[in-house]
Amino acid sequence: MIPFSYSRATDANGAIEQVAGNHTKYLGGGTNLVDLMRENIERPTALVDVTGLSNEITETPDGGLIIGAAVRNTALASHPIVRARYPVLCRAILAGASAQIRNMATVGGNILQRTRCSYFYDAAGSNCNKRTLGEGCDAIGGFARYHAILGASPSCIATHPSDMCVALAALDAVVLVDGIHGERRLALNDLHRLPGDRPDVDTVLEPDELITAVELPQFSLASRSTYRKVRDRSSYAFALVSVAAILNVKDGLIADARIGLGGVAHKPWRARKAEAILRGGPATIAQFEAAAGAELADAQPLQDNVFKVELARRTIVAVLEDLRDTQ
Amino acid sequence: MTITVNGVSAALPDDLRVSLLDFVREHLLLPGTKKGCDQGACGACTILADGERILSCLALAVQYDGRSITTIEGLGTVDALHPLQQAFVEHDGFQCGYCTPGQICSAVAMVEEARRGVPSHVTSDLTSDRFDLDHDELRERMSGNLCRCGAYNGIAAAIHATYGDGNTVSDKPQVMPEAAE
Amino acid sequence: MNIIEDAKQAVQGLVQGAMAKAVALAPDSWMPGGEPDPLIRHQHGHVGKPLSRIDGPRKVTGSATFSAEFPVDGMVYAAVVFATIAKGRLVEIDTRSAEASPGVISVMTHRNAPKLNPPPVFMSSSKAAGGDNLPIMQDDRIHWNGQPIAVVLAESQEFADHAASLICATYEADVTLTNFAVAIAKGTEPSLFMGQPLHNEIGDAEKALKEAPVAVDATYRTPRHNHNAIELHAVTVAWTGDTLRIHDASQLVAHTAWSVAQMFGMDEKQVVVTSPFVGGGFGGKCLWQHQVLAAAAAKIVGRPVRLVLSREGVYRVVGGRTLTEQRVALGADKHGKFKALIHTGVIAKTPSNILPEPFIMPARSAYASETMLLDVQAVELDMLANTFMRAPGEAVGTFALESAIDELADALGIDPIELRLRNEPEKEPTSGLPFSSRHVVEAWKMGAERFGWDQRSVKPGLVRDGEWLVGLGCATATYPYYRMPGGAARITLTRLGQATVDIAAHEMGMGTATVQTQVVAERLGLSLEAITFNYGDSTLPGVVLAGGSQQTASIGASVIAAHRALVKELIKIAGNDSPLAGLKPDEVASRDAGLCKADDPSRFETYASILERAHRDEIRVEASPPDPLETMHWSMHSHGAMFCEVRVNAVTGEPRVSRFLGSFDCGRILNSKTAASQFRGGIIMGLGLALMEETQFDERYGRIMNPSLSEYHVPVHMDVPDIDVIWTDIPDPHTPMGAHGVGEIGITGTAAAVANAIYNATGKRMRDLPITLDKLL
Repeated sequence: MIPFSYSRATDANGAIEQVAGNHTKYLGGGTNLVDLMRENIERPTALVDVTGLSNEITETPDGGLIIGAAVRNTALASHPIVRARYPVLCRAILAGASAQIRNMATVGGNILQRTRCSYFYDAAGSNCNKRTLGEGCDAIGGFARYHAILGASPSCIATHPSDMCVALAALDAVVLVDGIHGERRLALNDLHRLPGDRPDVDTVLEPDELITAVELPQFSLASRSTYRKVRDRSSYAFALVSVAAILNVKDGLIADARIGLGGVAHKPWRARKAEAILRGGPATIAQFEAAAGAELADAQPLQDNVFKVELARRTIVAVLEDLRDTQ
Repeated sequence: MTITVNGVSAALPDDLRVSLLDFVREHLLLPGTKKGCDQGACGACTILADGERILSCLALAVQYDGRSITTIEGLGTVDALHPLQQAFVEHDGFQCGYCTPGQICSAVAMVEEARRGVPSHVTSDLTSDRFDLDHDELRERMSGNLCRCGAYNGIAAAIHATYGDGNTVSDKPQVMPEAAE
Repeated sequence: MNIIEDAKQAVQGLVQGAMAKAVALAPDSWMPGGEPDPLIRHQHGHVGKPLSRIDGPRKVTGSATFSAEFPVDGMVYAAVVFATIAKGRLVEIDTRSAEASPGVISVMTHRNAPKLNPPPVFMSSSKAAGGDNLPIMQDDRIHWNGQPIAVVLAESQEFADHAASLICATYEADVTLTNFAVAIAKGTEPSLFMGQPLHNEIGDAEKALKEAPVAVDATYRTPRHNHNAIELHAVTVAWTGDTLRIHDASQLVAHTAWSVAQMFGMDEKQVVVTSPFVGGGFGGKCLWQHQVLAAAAAKIVGRPVRLVLSREGVYRVVGGRTLTEQRVALGADKHGKFKALIHTGVIAKTPSNILPEPFIMPARSAYASETMLLDVQAVELDMLANTFMRAPGEAVGTFALESAIDELADALGIDPIELRLRNEPEKEPTSGLPFSSRHVVEAWKMGAERFGWDQRSVKPGLVRDGEWLVGLGCATATYPYYRMPGGAARITLTRLGQATVDIAAHEMGMGTATVQTQVVAERLGLSLEAITFNYGDSTLPGVVLAGGSQQTASIGASVIAAHRALVKELIKIAGNDSPLAGLKPDEVASRDAGLCKADDPSRFETYASILERAHRDEIRVEASPPDPLETMHWSMHSHGAMFCEVRVNAVTGEPRVSRFLGSFDCGRILNSKTAASQFRGGIIMGLGLALMEETQFDERYGRIMNPSLSEYHVPVHMDVPDIDVIWTDIPDPHTPMGAHGVGEIGITGTAAAVANAIYNATGKRMRDLPITLDKLL
């Protein structure tokens, strides 16, 4: 870990001014950043602690929810409105990490956590384009069980490790961002990038931009949502595949369907092809299978993770079936 | 810049890189909090920050300026064991003893979380804020604390013996900061 | 080097082989354990009781001091830099930035490290402890990807870690061999274990297999594993004059002291190794480079050094269990009688260590078969030396053997327990030795009854609970009884009736001090409070390895010897005025804080009275037990019957264990509370072995890619159901206390029980570990 300075932000503008133009990073709970600093992968010379900012959860007039970026994962998953109206988000958060980490981790930090690719983590001994652009990707041809099957590139096959973001992707969450050039609103689905030839850049945020809040739209009370995570041990493990789904069935027909996939791509993957097939169609297993199949038709797995295609297909179908049956 | 550890105020380290874990172990010479991975993967370093369980290895000490920390040394002593510590001994909730302080700190806060109505991954009804710490709830909520010796059954038995289902226990054990030396 | 080593071992093997015959034929009474330990008859004393750990209060309050927690004035913190190529040499190592970095005192590399002899590699001599015999930081050679190349010494861990990140190395790579399949294709070599070839033949097994009416023949694979004790390997070392003090996390303090002394060219008494508490060992807490690097660094800086390996560092520096590829072929007649048992295969080791993973050990004694072929071949790879990890050989060997038996049972249409019982041997098939104590049939019967084995659906894939396919499986557990040479104990008895036992033994969670306090109290006829059990210090008597489940036996035999010496001395000083006058030591027993005639307890005098009359405040004796010839005279093993219920998710393939029962036959249980924990702990590590554990070794670079507890999965709370453990509690008449060590047996058989249950649940046969969900989709 290189030496750094530390300060606590008292307002967003002050934080942004401090960060702009320096090797400075915003510090949330620290559960990912501190780890990466210890691994010499992140090397900020200054940290601005933003956990004192925006840690409220408030209802919007139209029935949505604004979640401050500094809200801790546990607080968010425990919030009565989240539990009642957004079970997909509650369950996704609770499926992630451990209770201790959820007590520390913030919403903003969770969104910006970096991949768990073991070649990315091996700063001393492995090549990684995400760490050092142009170095090559040792994960390709290596251990790739946890790696991407959708949207990967020849330069990077890393996956985004968040559970919460998969739910946020399905929920059409909007991320509120503030920066030196002012505020903006970004769909969560547009925040994370696919690797392409710049896997070193995880998101579309500028270095000075600070996530201040996440906005959840209001949801039809008729919708059912849930999150299912498939992993190698029963708890405290990253997803091989996870599915966040929201389904609204009326008279046997699918009025609304939104699906997020985790563990399959460089970003929380919104399964829009599947959704397009589902919407307006019959809520049948055949339809669910067709939808899952369409989404995964583009999958380009490696030898190590070829199973994920089938696993994702089955999990999507099972989750949709489950939501249909509890309508 | 000060931090309160087991009821005693302490100056934070000059080197900002010092983790909360290394701060208590190396600076305050409170080695009861253990380093098992230093990367947030084992739970051995679990301590309580204002009563909430956190991983002290992933925390910079400076982030906890002004906060109140309880380590295992603050829960009980050899001569005055916390009820859960006593139960760990009786139910053989450990073998080598290395993950044990983390398990105990974690369990103390876990019970509080459950009483507060914090749901878990295995909670079936998310809208209910009252549930029993049954077998699955307890094991899921404690899954952030690895035990390589495999004392999991004894740990679960000790927690059950001390707290029952998490709701009905009358002799609610208290954190005893004054117990620290 | 390797060839010489092998030749030396072969000679040792021949000598042992010749001696073994003589020992086998000698009368029982000549053997240690020929007369049952009198303690076996004590049924209502301290032995067997569920005494809570006497060090429990210290452990639960965090006041048990581990090796990284000894405060030493003026201490320096160390950080290690590791090589990133598998083989070659360091062309340049630039340490200037590190040396100029704040807080740094020195950087040690091969250029300035003190001259050291290579480590004596474990099993090369009686006190050798080294994981390999490679020189430590003596030249520019790189032997494995992860080898330490520099140690930074600084005023704080933060300074040291940062400076370590500034060190740049450039390498010249040699041609490497890091691919198992490629190495096998180039040819394998026979292997030796403890001086004996890992090879047995009875008749022509291949021919018998071909002729057998029913046969199975399959290949099983197990990956590399790491011990992953939660305590990081750590040492605090200090030189005081010519004496080196090492606070270590060690399961062999005396071996370590001797071996380190060899390396530094010192007398072994000049090296003091202490290790009062070890935060988990499992075979991993032995002598690797970090202790030696810390001692060398302390010499360079002239200050005490603390070196705590990072979790990655543990993977880079401390070896683990190697991978195996095993063939098991079984032929049987239509009644299930084995006509052929073939268990052969290949493991990987390195040119610089001796241990092959001896996976044929279970097959040597578990079943009767008309013919047998057992063989372990080895290839040598450029990697960190492999080492023993909980039940080396048996843990993975039972997976293959016991899975194959389940396959055969299925092919025969015979219940797998029944099939095992039909092939119960009368004596050990490969050696012809009689069993010292074998009650595995009782273990099977007790276990089957309690587990509800009769509820199992014979046909696989039929039981379903919602999304979950449910199945039951079973397997035999087996682990040898060992007692290694080198035990010794000292007893000090005071006039106040207090006894202190000193022995260089270890506590890594087995409950050593607790259990031995019970045993010593019983043996000396004293209360538990009257006993002090000192251990974990190389200056104490004995060269005792906490490994091979043999420490209990080693301590037990040492205390028996010391007790005999004590009785002899007490009778001598008791003189003619004592009620004991004229008795021989063999006629005397301890009871009620004194001695009595064994068959006439009324002839009795207290220790206090004897010492008082002799005007002695205390009496001190030290003794060693005879060499462990009993293990060459009897076939000595622990046994178990393992039962598992699994649930496999029909959608996702996720395998989860929902019930487990271990039914054990391990001699007399000395403490039912701590023994149950050890059984469970072994089973839980076996569940990890079955379902999730794998050290990912990238064969392209020879580098471990998951050196972390988040990427190397060990079981968490949620993975572990309530585990039921029961035992026969039948004493082995030929062992101290009638007991066997119980640390390793639990991991044996477990993986096969899980795999067999998965077959019963799904109809899918799992032959490659770990059984991850992708294999079940």
